[in-house]
Amino acid sequence: MSVIESIIPDERVEKLSNAEISRYSRHLLLPQIGLDGQEKLKAAKVLIVGTGGLGAPLALYLAAAGVGTLGVLDFDVVEESNLQRQIIHSTRDIDRPKVASAADRLKGLNPDIDIVMHNTMLTSANALDIIKDYDIVADGTDNYQTRYLVNDACVLLGKPNVYGSIFQFEGQASVFYAKEGPCYRCLYPSPPPPGLVPSCSEGGVLGVLPGIVGTIQANEVIKLIVGGGNSLIGRLLLFDSWEMKFRELKLDKDEECPICGKHPTIHELIDYEQFCGLKPDHEPEPVDTIEAKELKARLDAGDKIQIIDIREPHERAISPFEGSKPIPLGQLVRRIEEFDENEDAVFLCKIGQRSIFAIRALQEAGYKGRLLNLKDGVNAWARDVDNSLPQY
Amino acid sequence: MAQVLIPTALRAFTEGNSSVDAAGKTVGEVIAAVAEQYPDLKLHLYEENGTIRRYVNIYIGDDNIRNLGGVDAPVVDTDTVMLVPAIAGGVR
Ligand SMILES: [Zn+2]
Repeated sequence: MSVIESIIPDERVEKLSNAEISRYSRHLLLPQIGLDGQEKLKAAKVLIVGTGGLGAPLALYLAAAGVGTLGVLDFDVVEESNLQRQIIHSTRDIDRPKVASAADRLKGLNPDIDIVMHNTMLTSANALDIIKDYDIVADGTDNYQTRYLVNDACVLLGKPNVYGSIFQFEGQASVFYAKEGPCYRCLYPSPPPPGLVPSCSEGGVLGVLPGIVGTIQANEVIKLIVGGGNSLIGRLLLFDSWEMKFRELKLDKDEECPICGKHPTIHELIDYEQFCGLKPDHEPEPVDTIEAKELKARLDAGDKIQIIDIREPHERAISPFEGSKPIPLGQLVRRIEEFDENEDAVFLCKIGQRSIFAIRALQEAGYKGRLLNLKDGVNAWARDVDNSLPQY
Repeated sequence: MAQVLIPTALRAFTEGNSSVDAAGKTVGEVIAAVAEQYPDLKLHLYEENGTIRRYVNIYIGDDNIRNLGGVDAPVVDTDTVMLVPAIAGGVR
């Protein structure tokens, strides 16, 4: 059991108004929350990093629950393809900054709370300054560099980091609170090399999945504020929505952890782009690329080229590439014999990211022929060569 | 044979299988057997020097192998070995 007392100091707590008592009566009737807990919620300040798939349910439920100050941080604008899962935004919000769209919705839901908009990217330069004013951070970001940044900033400032992450049908949730248990680095000391794990924009995600995982995060935030219950500190919750299965794994503090262990070596925020291998000097040899128009010209000129579509069948069906040979990414090394080293081979996927990995995997496996990456993938082909194809 | 649970992020490399049976006396041997069966997995699981990549946690039951002696942790046929890689999505 990991029972945590309320992290909100008593001296910040104020009485509820009669209007608030009416609004929150269903909470007040719960002995675990009651007047004390609701007053703590009112006094609490929670920062939600990212107002996307996870941030949407997080922000909506925390606003509804009466968390007195909600910070929403994002630098993006609402896109049409967000609306499949980011239920805090509406069709009319397309092209608006996400934080503005979210703030409108949250104010409409609960006009009594303060919404603080941070229309910016969280960076090593601003993270400590932004986070220091909050009691809890809920992490709904979509990339490794921000995850490590949020973790480190929270450890350095002594704040709990309520974590959720999703991919396709699978979610993870935990509470990283270095004072009481492990941090994100204790679980994952370093990120995967860039491109190894596909992002949701390439791998896809079930729309309701962030709804479920984000709601679990909101649940954990509320328990930290009101105190009591059994926190996810020291446990990693794994959820598979396709199998409809929850699993739970034990997480221990890593005594060797570079930021929260016995002998920490990280005492300030670092360069997270570099840490995640995203700086050019850390990137392995660039692969050769070919632009969509150049490929078209070579094909028109009758050049012999092997065009390899590394997408899975269901994805090829969205925007098929005529004349290509389909070999899914996961089978390339096994089927290396099917390539002709004397002919150039062009690899294509949706946006030209996974195909870079395909080329590296073949190089690693000892392939000697020339390998080219179709720059920006079939979406570029649809944009620059064949307008009859959809971009997705 | 131990049962190895494959997370969604790695299933593209195991022909979509969410679970693979593999033999071995230690967890290192079990994972190596899985990688032998599905060579496209190797790059994802191993660093160039042959150690397991640090973004992949391995659990036997609900215990991290770090607490059980690392890749030398013994495995019996009734064990479930689980790969738990870092996923980053929050979805912009
Ligand atoms: Zn740690």
